[in-house]
Amino acid sequence: MTAELTKDRWDPGVQSYAGMGYYAPDYEPKDTDVLAVFRVAPQDGVDPIEAAAAVAGESSTATWTVVWTDRLTANSHYQAKCYRVDEVPGRPGEYFAYIAYDIDLFEEASVANLTSSIIGNVFGFKPLKALRLEDMRIPVAYVKTFQGPPHGIVMEREYLNKYGRPLLGATIKPKLGLSARNYGRVIYEANRGGLDFTKDDENINSQPFMRWRDRFLFGMEGVNRAMAETGEIKGHYLNITAATMEEMYERAEFAKELGSVVIMIDLTIGYTAMQSMSHWARRNGMLLHLHRAGHSTYTRQKTHGVSFRVLAKWCRLIGVDHLHAGTVVGKLEGDPATTRGYYDTLRDDHIPTNHANGIFFDQDWASMPGVMPVASGGIHAGQMHQLLDLFGDDVVLQFGGGTIGHPLGIAAGAEANRVALEAVVKARNEGRDFLREGPDILRTAAQSCRSLEVALATWGDVTFDYTSTDAPDAVPTASA
Amino acid sequence: MYLRYGAFSYLPPLTDDEIAAQVRYALLKGWPVSIEHSTDPHPRNIYWEMWGLPLFDLDEPDGVMAEINACRSTFPEHYVRVLAYDASLGRQTTAMQFLVQRPGTEADLVLTRTEGNDRTQRYGVVVRRSDSPGPNDGG
Repeated sequence: MTAELTKDRWDPGVQSYAGMGYYAPDYEPKDTDVLAVFRVAPQDGVDPIEAAAAVAGESSTATWTVVWTDRLTANSHYQAKCYRVDEVPGRPGEYFAYIAYDIDLFEEASVANLTSSIIGNVFGFKPLKALRLEDMRIPVAYVKTFQGPPHGIVMEREYLNKYGRPLLGATIKPKLGLSARNYGRVIYEANRGGLDFTKDDENINSQPFMRWRDRFLFGMEGVNRAMAETGEIKGHYLNITAATMEEMYERAEFAKELGSVVIMIDLTIGYTAMQSMSHWARRNGMLLHLHRAGHSTYTRQKTHGVSFRVLAKWCRLIGVDHLHAGTVVGKLEGDPATTRGYYDTLRDDHIPTNHANGIFFDQDWASMPGVMPVASGGIHAGQMHQLLDLFGDDVVLQFGGGTIGHPLGIAAGAEANRVALEAVVKARNEGRDFLREGPDILRTAAQSCRSLEVALATWGDVTFDYTSTDAPDAVPTASA
Repeated sequence: MYLRYGAFSYLPPLTDDEIAAQVRYALLKGWPVSIEHSTDPHPRNIYWEMWGLPLFDLDEPDGVMAEINACRSTFPEHYVRVLAYDASLGRQTTAMQFLVQRPGTEADLVLTRTEGNDRTQRYGVVVRRSDSPGPNDGG
């Protein structure tokens, strides 16, 4: 790992990236620098330091050859600087490259601009086999150019008047094909049974079998009926994802007109559209739920793409109130340590470096409100003690199949989940070892709740036990 | 209507020992506990009447239990709730909320609809005193 300095910095022609100043092992990052750590897999024969310097160069000022016009600028100020390269433990041919970017490289409050730099051209750079953005440190100076979540965890709880327990939701199933009237029935039953929220699926937008306007009308009938029956504030995440901003604004306005407390967008609409809807949601007092549709195409493989922990940071800056962040025990990807890193990133104000959880940098959010994580996908009432142990109170637990598939009906499924949740929270507060005693606590609660008894009999043993593809590959002790 | 409210309204009503255990949890967390009561179960009725000030600096639930019982006996037909408050930086909001008393006969919530244009409805929830005794939990 040595950099070759073969010629003078400003000689015309091709120069090594390290030689052009993109490798600076003595550089001490400033508090205002944006920091990134990439997992770099150089092509065979490419020096790792040069590869890491190339990542710094191609994600900031460099092009493939020396240009004299660099000399018209304070070039070294604008150059990203790779200040550290570590081998990835147990992964030959992979290196963690730490890169610092001056804050001047980025437009204020623009995740679009931030990502155009940091994950712009560089991911297609030929001398690399693969490249993954593992983590970022967003400096407070840049954090403070964003307002973050339109409401955040604290305001959401005050708005909904719900405290001291996780919130409960369900995604309406089947995903596709229900008419608006049938769809609204599921919303009504699930909410009256005891859930706080129901949710459109990510691909429910406005299809021939159910146009958006009809879904909103029947859905809000269900929500309001359930609210009057229980005395609790209820919501259905009305997905306003559409092909254009104009169409999304129209749908959001209609949701507001009908009195919905929450709307929903998909990650597929893009960072700029998400940020526009975040501003709309703050102006209009509407909770904003984000479904991370499509993220696994680039977050799941550990050698190439962008870690979800980075995406979580971008989403907190952009400003959403809810974000799906994994279940550990459900049907979708996520080992416990990595998932804990995501939850901390979304909820806490200060997240210290924790390599075991995949957190490479201290991150300070400077009082930016937290994002409520959502655990959704293949979870059921029989796992309630595990879910509470993993995620604590500030989470939305979403049971789609685990509510709607209940043999006694949807309201019974909702009630089973709510009773299970309250029983486990109560036991935790009483000081019991609720994780170990969980099955007993649930069985006891089921003695006075037939719905829970049936739920446990139906799903009690279901687990999804597969090895995760993504793991932090911790660097146990930093060598810096 | 059987009001679903707070963290434990889908469980059987808490006994006094169970209430004390929840209060102890709050006190161990350093959260002051307060008691509030109301006759209005509307879901957007945020401000119930305070039964005195929040109880700061307690170590044991006994003092809270005494206040709960005093509030109950003064207002036997009111809803009574217990709240815990987390004043730590970044929270500064309610941390727990649960019912410790319901009226013998609970009011109903009635859904009102006002027709708007283009099939829209304006929904409202109105509290209506019920003459029929007993809970009606609607399923």
